[in-house]
Amino acid sequence: MRSSDVARLTRSARRDLNARDEAKSTLLNATESTIGISIAVQLRGATKTYPNGLRALEPIDLSVRESEFATLLGPSGCGKSTLLRMVAQLSAPSAGSVTLWPDSASHAVAGDRVPQQRLAFVFQTPTLMPWATVEGNVGLPLSLARVRADEAAGRVASALQLVGLDAFRSLYPRQLSGGMQMRASIARALVTEPALLLMDEPFGALDEITRARLDQEIRELWARRSLTVLFVTHSIYEAVFLSTRVLVMSAQPGRILGEVRIDEPHPRTDAFRMSERFARLCQRLSELLARGSRAELR
Amino acid sequence: MKRLPIHYLAPAVVGLAFVVLWGVLVHVLDTPFYLVPSPLLVLRTLVHDAPLLLSALLVTLQIAGLALALAVVLGVTLAFVFVQSRAIEMSLFPYAILLQVTPIVAIAPLIIIWVHDPLAALVICATIVAIFPIISNTTLGLRSVDPDLAALFRLYGASRRDTLIRLRIPSAMPYFFAGMRVSGGLALIGAVVAEFVAGTGGTASGLAYQILQAGLQLNTPRLFAALLLITLAGVAIYALISTLARLSLRHWHESEMTAER
Repeated sequence: MRSSDVARLTRSARRDLNARDEAKSTLLNATESTIGISIAVQLRGATKTYPNGLRALEPIDLSVRESEFATLLGPSGCGKSTLLRMVAQLSAPSAGSVTLWPDSASHAVAGDRVPQQRLAFVFQTPTLMPWATVEGNVGLPLSLARVRADEAAGRVASALQLVGLDAFRSLYPRQLSGGMQMRASIARALVTEPALLLMDEPFGALDEITRARLDQEIRELWARRSLTVLFVTHSIYEAVFLSTRVLVMSAQPGRILGEVRIDEPHPRTDAFRMSERFARLCQRLSELLARGSRAELR
Repeated sequence: MKRLPIHYLAPAVVGLAFVVLWGVLVHVLDTPFYLVPSPLLVLRTLVHDAPLLLSALLVTLQIAGLALALAVVLGVTLAFVFVQSRAIEMSLFPYAILLQVTPIVAIAPLIIIWVHDPLAALVICATIVAIFPIISNTTLGLRSVDPDLAALFRLYGASRRDTLIRLRIPSAMPYFFAGMRVSGGLALIGAVVAEFVAGTGGTASGLAYQILQAGLQLNTPRLFAALLLITLAGVAIYALISTLARLSLRHWHESEMTAER
């Protein structure tokens, strides 16, 4: 499989990178694209200023490579959701550029907008249509794309199986727990078999136990499907557990303070959560975050 | 909300107590029947005058029903027009309010003069009374779309039509039914008021006309019987619309959910 080759390549490239100084990573990203590792998301000087003059984001330079699990970590109001929405093309940058798959030739031909099916977004809340069943909700992207009904039914069934909701397909969202609603939302995101999955604090409203379980499941999906994930959270533990790279953001103005690579191989288990490596990574991230909030106070 | 026996029993007891008290008071105070008839006399009159009153009820119900239907069709259409652009809404909405606040008794004579067909004239009057809650609630409903769901539809490249049918309309349904519940009662009130105005011109034979005639003839028992029918008709319309709302929303909307999930 080509995608697994890419994943292997990416992993080896990642190991090389770790030897070097993280501050140089933006420079390295540029080098990587020239040596043939595909970039999924590229931001060049992308900023967001609201009409009232409030600056949500300082110019951001960021590249996310294919099969990366990149996480934006930061306090509320640091613009991490704004950044994610710009990547999803739900909101345009005020200046600079946001490009998906910048190297892809087909993309250049297709024009400005990327084929919708390659991108999926999971919101902070499950964002299910309350009037539709689980099956109807999960099948929405397919029916909007006019996928044939019999084919859609099969894909919906396998997406539901993937998140363990196959027994609940004909229930309405209200009849599900918060965790199950989130699973349905994830199934809806996966049903189009996206290459890039954008997740905006998806488990923030869930209890600790459900959250840990869903973190584990998302990690499995990422590994199994050679997905590229851009994840937003304010939980240091979640960021360390999930990511291959964590980008630390700070508020007022929103900017990226630095990044930390999480080199722990897959699969990551509860043992990793308890390990000293985990604690050290968490400490490093919280130091970076603290530096940001100190700057803010000045 | 789960319907327990108490939901039916409690109001029934209150109603019964009221009727009994009414009957006893009329008997004890020996009130003349042309001032306040006893409940039994009202019931007897209802049975005796049934052919006359029921045909009058049918006329009134026809007017109210047509007016409600027209209010729904026009109100929903206008709501759709309003949500197309804020400019349209801003230019037209004040006039919808104007229509709402103008007393129907003041414009009914005009409409009756302008429109030759008496039934059509009455339906127009009742529609004017009934339409506003439908316009305002449906407009609000069509605008009350979860912004994240709207973003999701955009993300998946939904057409305007898809977004309307699969997102905006379902989102608006609870609001629409809330408006329709108010409009159902208003259509009946509008029909009765319009009949009153028209009745003096001798154009209709609805319940309001019967009330007017009964009042002039001091036939108070018949007046009460007609009043009772109007009230019952109002309750029936409300129940009908509520059932319709429950059938459409019971699966998902809070307002129509049963207690257990």
